[in-house]
Amino acid sequence: MTAALLEVAGLGAQYGRVVALHDATLAVAAGELVALVGGNGAGKTTLLRTISGVRPASAGSIRFEGRDITRLAPARRVGLGIVQVPEGRQVFAPLSVEDNLRLGAYARGRERSAEGLARAYRMFPALRQKRDLPAGSLSGGQQQMLAIARGLMAEPRLLLLDEPSMGLAPLLIAEIFAAIADLKRAGATILLVEQNATQALKIADRAYVLETGRVVLEGSGATLAQNERVKAAYLGM
Amino acid sequence: MLETFLQFLFSGITAGAIYALVALGFTLIYNASHVINFAQGEFVMIGGMATVFLADAGWPIWAAAPLAVLLAVAVGVALERLAIAPAREASTVSLIVITIGASILLRGLAQLVWDRNFHTLAPFSGEEPIRVLGASILPQSLWVLGGSLLAVLALGWFFGRTLLGKAVIATAHNRLAAELMGIETRHVMTLCFALSALLGALGGVLITPITLTSYDAGVMLGLKGFSAAILGGMGSATGAVVGGLLLGVVEAMGAGFLSSAYKDAIAFVLILVVLVAVPRGLMGARGAERV
Repeated sequence: MTAALLEVAGLGAQYGRVVALHDATLAVAAGELVALVGGNGAGKTTLLRTISGVRPASAGSIRFEGRDITRLAPARRVGLGIVQVPEGRQVFAPLSVEDNLRLGAYARGRERSAEGLARAYRMFPALRQKRDLPAGSLSGGQQQMLAIARGLMAEPRLLLLDEPSMGLAPLLIAEIFAAIADLKRAGATILLVEQNATQALKIADRAYVLETGRVVLEGSGATLAQNERVKAAYLGM
Repeated sequence: MLETFLQFLFSGITAGAIYALVALGFTLIYNASHVINFAQGEFVMIGGMATVFLADAGWPIWAAAPLAVLLAVAVGVALERLAIAPAREASTVSLIVITIGASILLRGLAQLVWDRNFHTLAPFSGEEPIRVLGASILPQSLWVLGGSLLAVLALGWFFGRTLLGKAVIATAHNRLAAELMGIETRHVMTLCFALSALLGALGGVLITPITLTSYDAGVMLGLKGFSAAILGGMGSATGAVVGGLLLGVVEAMGAGFLSSAYKDAIAFVLILVVLVAVPRGLMGARGAERV
């Protein structure tokens, strides 16, 4: 692949002495939806946090548009367009829905924020009705929508989604995946971390399988969905 | 009887307004970092002492007071940058111990740079008491109340209306998510120390004409402000203001009707009573605004 937007090479990360990520190598091209699947503790969240810069890398490099960003501060990475929607939603519960969205555009400035708000409310009309309510009062599914909408406010060039379906009812999971598929159709570049491997592989162009902090398999979403090892380990077949 | 009561009420509210400012300073830093900044009282002292010495050097009060507040803000920023930020990974308790060390250092520096004497400041607009229903109010009390009210309103505007204020709330609530939104959480922490220093120093400037100040004036004011914050519920801005005023009034009533020897003891007994009855403080319950 030549025109990769994100290139991660030999990336390592650790919590104290515990190695959470070991020699992880992957790439995401512009416009691609890449899924990252793996069990609990495989290092998926650590990988995303290291890409966002909120965890330091202990080895390897991260390049964005060919530029080395391994040591760049998290806020600068957001400025470049690397935006993460964190695991477990993590909306700012005491602040209103609209304030949450505005903070999503913190790195973008006031004018772009107004445009973004209109876009977010078009995409998730339920949020417009609740714009003045504290984010903590929303249901789990609405909070996930808010978390995604908040991420989009930052006008991501690479969107990192961490477990967007976690803890949601099946109907809502379908809705969230439909929203992700819409984003992809609109041309977004997405790196999606999911334990719900069936759904993730279905919509992904390509996917990586992470096990105990290493990338053990990669291929197109369809190919991996047929892989015996993946089927047994993650698809429950 | 009514006059006496009003008299104590006025002096209680005046002292309480200062406690409230100090308590708000505690609240700000506590919410942003869960650190209880025991150097908070020293900001009050710096505000008062610096104004006194600038005024003695011939500066007019309108220039001396803002400069003194600015000095305290610089000290607050330096405290965060030089002592708290480098120890970011340390436990909260270690950070609190650092602030205790900083308070001792600041008191020492104040003795060295200034002196060990008590000082006062001329009231901003005369000493002629204003009569209200038989009780008298010092004009300086009105300065204290007006200044504190303005500070509280400005703070409310900052956190309620500005994106930066909301970024501070967001950081206090969820540091990781705030970082992922591109908020520079390091700067947020520095900002909180600067704001707390500003509040404390403002209190110091306003109260000095009434109570005198000295290099160690911050110890008791810091403790009272801390008590007020606990009383109102640590972490609640409304609680800090309510706690401060309540503490000031109860203290003044106790000193007036019982014995002034118990003035300080009353404050601490009040805390014990409230903490036993409502362990999370008056406004510490769920639903209180977190700033």
